[in-house]
Amino acid sequence: MLERALTGSQRYYRWLMFLLVFVGMGFAAYLYQLSNGLTVTGMSRDVSWGFYIAQFTFFVGVAASAVMVVLPYYLHNVKVFGRITILGEFLAVASVTICLLFIIVDLGKPMRLMNVLLYPTPNSILFWDMIVLNGYLFLNIVIGWNVLEAERKGVHYPSWVKPLIYTSIPWAVSIHTVTAFLYAGLPGRHYWLTAIMAARFLASAFASGPSLLILLAFIVKKYSKFDPGKEAIDKLSQIVTYAMLISIFFVGLEFFTAFYSNIPSHKHALQYLFVGLEGHGKLVPFMWAFVILAIAAVALLLNPKTRNDEKTLKIACVCVFFSMWLEKGLGLVVAGFIPNPFDQVREYAPSIPELTIAFGVWATGMLVLTILYKVAVSVKEEVA
Amino acid sequence: MESNRRSFLKVSGICALGLGALPVADALAKAALPNFLANPKELAGKKWAMVVDMKKCWEKSEKGCHDCINACHVFHNVPDIGTVKEEVKWIWQEHYENTFPGQTNEFNVENIKDKPFMNLCNHCTNPPCVRVCPTKATFKRADGIVMMDYHRCIGCRFCMAGCPYGSRSFNFRDPRPYIKTELNPTFPTRERGVVEKCNFCAERLAEGLMPSCVESCKNGALAFGDLEDPKSTVRKLLASHYTIVRKPELGTGPNVYYII
Amino acid sequence: MKMYNAKQIIPGLIIFLGLITFPLWYNMGKAAPVPQPKLDTPAIQKLAQKQCVLPAAQMRTEHMQILNDWRTQVVRFDKRVYVAPDGKEYNMSLQNECMKCHSNKTQFCDACHNYAGLKLNSTPYCWTCHIAPKENK
Ligand code: SF4
Ligand code: SF4
Repeated sequence: MLERALTGSQRYYRWLMFLLVFVGMGFAAYLYQLSNGLTVTGMSRDVSWGFYIAQFTFFVGVAASAVMVVLPYYLHNVKVFGRITILGEFLAVASVTICLLFIIVDLGKPMRLMNVLLYPTPNSILFWDMIVLNGYLFLNIVIGWNVLEAERKGVHYPSWVKPLIYTSIPWAVSIHTVTAFLYAGLPGRHYWLTAIMAARFLASAFASGPSLLILLAFIVKKYSKFDPGKEAIDKLSQIVTYAMLISIFFVGLEFFTAFYSNIPSHKHALQYLFVGLEGHGKLVPFMWAFVILAIAAVALLLNPKTRNDEKTLKIACVCVFFSMWLEKGLGLVVAGFIPNPFDQVREYAPSIPELTIAFGVWATGMLVLTILYKVAVSVKEEVA
Repeated sequence: MESNRRSFLKVSGICALGLGALPVADALAKAALPNFLANPKELAGKKWAMVVDMKKCWEKSEKGCHDCINACHVFHNVPDIGTVKEEVKWIWQEHYENTFPGQTNEFNVENIKDKPFMNLCNHCTNPPCVRVCPTKATFKRADGIVMMDYHRCIGCRFCMAGCPYGSRSFNFRDPRPYIKTELNPTFPTRERGVVEKCNFCAERLAEGLMPSCVESCKNGALAFGDLEDPKSTVRKLLASHYTIVRKPELGTGPNVYYII
Repeated sequence: MKMYNAKQIIPGLIIFLGLITFPLWYNMGKAAPVPQPKLDTPAIQKLAQKQCVLPAAQMRTEHMQILNDWRTQVVRFDKRVYVAPDGKEYNMSLQNECMKCHSNKTQFCDACHNYAGLKLNSTPYCWTCHIAPKENK
């Protein structure tokens, strides 16, 4: 089936070349980082995780896209999702690829990566995160590929795939839960030390993943003969609406606990994010952008008129995606380190090489996504 | 890399041998097993701890005494990177409100204002850094010392997020050029990409010596000893003084105590 | 049998062969004599019996394994003394024991490591952390 990725229109090739340029630039920047050390990033002794880990966290969320189409389709027999489960699964593959790459570029000693397997350490959440992420990647590749292959041949997919599909549903929940546990179990990082961290991760994942999926479905529809179907997009947009509302509600809960209890250490990170702390407020504009985008998204999604209109739905999805990106892919990780253990504010901003590497990783993910979608869409076109 | 490859070979070798051949391999290993012993001069303890008597520390030199810091950093080849961003430190000074955030009130800061407090790894009883490390590169020894295995660390910095005391430093760049003093040829340096921190001078205890900070303090402000030994100096100090530790509410069980 | 796309395949094969044999012909004409690691350091000369921890042949083939085992014992198990088969005791330390005798790192370690091409990927990476003895070269 893979050969379908090799033949395509001029535009398809141009797009691949465009992505490859960024992959190449990112790779060059990574070589630079590799030979100079993480000093080329903006990370510091105090903010020891930055853009990479924040992006990793956000894309674990995007990977949830799969489960939000697979679960209704297989468990609740929502037929309209049948056409797009493959899009969800392949989006999950691409996002988990992005996650793993972000972990690798963040390591100080990437060549020792295998130490995690050589010296398995069950008390470390990172060890479990590695297992669930790789497992999720594997599940989605195997399921997606086999179901697609069966569709091409016009037969039912092999029966052994079914248990894998059922496994993939709780597994998707596990990748968020375990990733949230990376943060939620650390003493002394008050912003992260919250019992609803995993719930927040799930909610924002079910908003950002499906919203990206809707946008991708529109793109697929525009550039190919495959139509994911209006009903599927309607259903997805309902999911996004609920998930977005719950996400915002959860962020609000954090505010209540911090400010009603009035415990300084619980308020600090939120103050830093939204109004600035001790005169430092690099992230304040970004967080207000999050607020505005989130409000705009909710306004557009709650109104059935705008939700069902293709144009406004697209805008709403863009708003959801970027608001969640700001909240989780930027604020959440960085603010956990502010103030530092000495109650001092040491700010963080990513450096140019750091951003170049991040662009490279995104481009790699998009390359994987493009190729997988190309294969899937070609098969769908043939079958139709 | 060398060790990884070797461990990999070891693992695959064992797999290849199969379970049937295991007893043979075992017997061979036993016959060839060399003897590894602890240094007979070693100071043995069950739970090492330190008591810092801040009054004694300030007695002679209110500010500006860096004897313990210098001794430790010179002995352990700790680099002086020169920026706040990438600073590497094993033992250093902070103000009261930074050392004990959340334990200040408007007035107690007044009389200890600008006085230095010594900060170092607390060799916690329940160390979160050990709990989160995915490779056991940070581990706790039977005598309580929280050790780093620099050959194994992958530089994920999870331990830095886990430590609530900011005791850990990451080598953002090659530290060698930043060691301004003469290298101590008896102790290694670290390399780019690993995390480092105070090791309670495990290498000196093995030789029967006190930690270098303790040894270098001319005011005797630092006391080091075994908490499980009721006759140790630390136990005597703890019994006769009111002491505090940093962030006790986190349940980490810090083993560096302060007399103020 | 007819070969399809021979125009692309054959040059491709040639390039591929060239690439995989690169290490072979890269070193052609550069064959160097097998180095003899130098042993005449002042410390070794003073020894009555010129004997390393284990017999020389064994040290030659197993020193990496031995160093790694020593490291594990010292760092992870706090065992610092090695009892050799002949009953002699050694402090398990590259810097404080091995290099006391072999104080000529460039002629002892590097001579072979360079010959074996280990320098190419900067392994063995002992000396990024461990401090080599001062030598008057
Ligand atoms: S002070 Fe920090 S580094 Fe030291 S043992 Fe405790 S948690 Fe670990
Ligand atoms: S940086 Fe090193 S010591 Fe710290 S958690 Fe990662 S592997 Fe362990």
